[in-house]
Amino acid sequence: MMLIPCPWCGPRDESEFHYGGQADVRYPENPGTVSDEEWGRFLFYRDNPKGVFAERWVHAAGCRRWFNVERDTLTNEIRPAHDATTRTVTR
Amino acid sequence: MTPRTPGADLPDHPDWLWRNPDPKPSYDVVIVGGGGHGLATAYYLAKNHGITNMAVVERGWLAGGNMARNTTIIRSNYLWDESAGLYEHALKLWEGLEDELDYPLLFSQRGVLNLAHSLQEVRDSVRRVNANRLNGIDAEFLDPAQVKEICPILNVSDDIRYPVLGATWQPRAGIAKHDYVAWGFARALDRMGVDLVQNCEVTGFERVGDRIVGVETTRGDIRAGKVALAAAGHTSVLADSLGLRLPIQSHPLQALVSELLEPVHPTVVMSNAVHVYVSQAHKGELVLGAGIDAYNSYSQRGAFHTIERQMAAAVELFPMFARAHVLRTWGGVVDVTPDASAIMGLTPFEGLYVNCGWGTGGFKATPGVGWCFAHTIAHDEPHPLNAPFSLDRFTTGALIDEHGAAGVAH
Repeated sequence: MMLIPCPWCGPRDESEFHYGGQADVRYPENPGTVSDEEWGRFLFYRDNPKGVFAERWVHAAGCRRWFNVERDTLTNEIRPAHDATTRTVTR
Repeated sequence: MTPRTPGADLPDHPDWLWRNPDPKPSYDVVIVGGGGHGLATAYYLAKNHGITNMAVVERGWLAGGNMARNTTIIRSNYLWDESAGLYEHALKLWEGLEDELDYPLLFSQRGVLNLAHSLQEVRDSVRRVNANRLNGIDAEFLDPAQVKEICPILNVSDDIRYPVLGATWQPRAGIAKHDYVAWGFARALDRMGVDLVQNCEVTGFERVGDRIVGVETTRGDIRAGKVALAAAGHTSVLADSLGLRLPIQSHPLQALVSELLEPVHPTVVMSNAVHVYVSQAHKGELVLGAGIDAYNSYSQRGAFHTIERQMAAAVELFPMFARAHVLRTWGGVVDVTPDASAIMGLTPFEGLYVNCGWGTGGFKATPGVGWCFAHTIAHDEPHPLNAPFSLDRFTTGALIDEHGAAGVAH
């Protein structure tokens, strides 16, 4: 089980969190002009690196806030993203 | 009843089934990934399309990835016509595969029960049974008493947290011995002159414009008329080196086995709601699986709380499991798609074909994948059965949303 660094509560067991996938995926700025291909990319395509991955977690069983970390998907080495608490995702 | 030794009906371990050749400088077809899908694809390319100047390259040892890590369940009770077509084609091939390969696969059609724990699940299950029947797939819906008759060790009392309200039943479903499946294909391929090249990791591709003409490997460059990817969880890593983005995410999928037990579990039982699936291997281990761990990972391991949840569900459904000991746990890396269906077909690169996104359910499809992917590679166009599984469905929106029938949480 991973120890995940919540920026507000400190390191806690993974089972207190839910996973949010890739960080900083932005809703298209001008939805009316987005092509089918671009919609498909936005909805269904995410990075899937073997290595460092910027991703989101929510501390569901704690402060219930979202934040970003950088985690190595091979080793599970994990560190807070430098702007862990400020970057947001528009949904 | 005469006592029987668990495993007494297993064939002897073979000491030699295939050569271990060095790669040649060039082949007509190079298949990346020496697991079940890669081997089956090579087999049907040779058998159905006459292509034998071919190599299957594997970064580790043959069939040592997900082929060695899955829970060996075979069934075709999928909801949508597209999936039913592909998985039922595979199941029909399974039914003749031991004879065809002349090799014991321990294919055992002991049936599968997919449990329903809520009124909505009952309705969804009945709908799936009807859909299966319309597609010529054997299926019926059973009430709890009938479920108990098929699997007496299952707890069908109504005082558990998620009582069993019924189940779908596919009698032709079952299990096979995963290693022997790989070895049967490998032996047949070796006899047809196909090179199975182990310890040979593909690190990049040779290309001329948008045409793929070979692969770069840890054992040198290999030129190829055509290159087919069958690398399961690592497909993104390969595709990234071409700048090809795919709608897949790689996750750990854990499984575990108990110590050897006398035969207690006569069928396969799966539950989406409490999320566990169980069968008993020929040798006697209880083989248990659950859903994927939530996060992306290539680490071939997962978290213990996932196992804990799965075991809690298993012990409630099968109270006698409380006294069984876990012998071993492990993880594979599975690539999941947004609609829980696979991707198989052409790519934007000429001469490059992709088979990925099987998520947690690739084993059952093995011969069907081989048959259809071989056709796709040989004719440069998908077989009618895999045409709906092409990459462009994520643009057209013609998704095949099989989260329910896939029987897993992903």
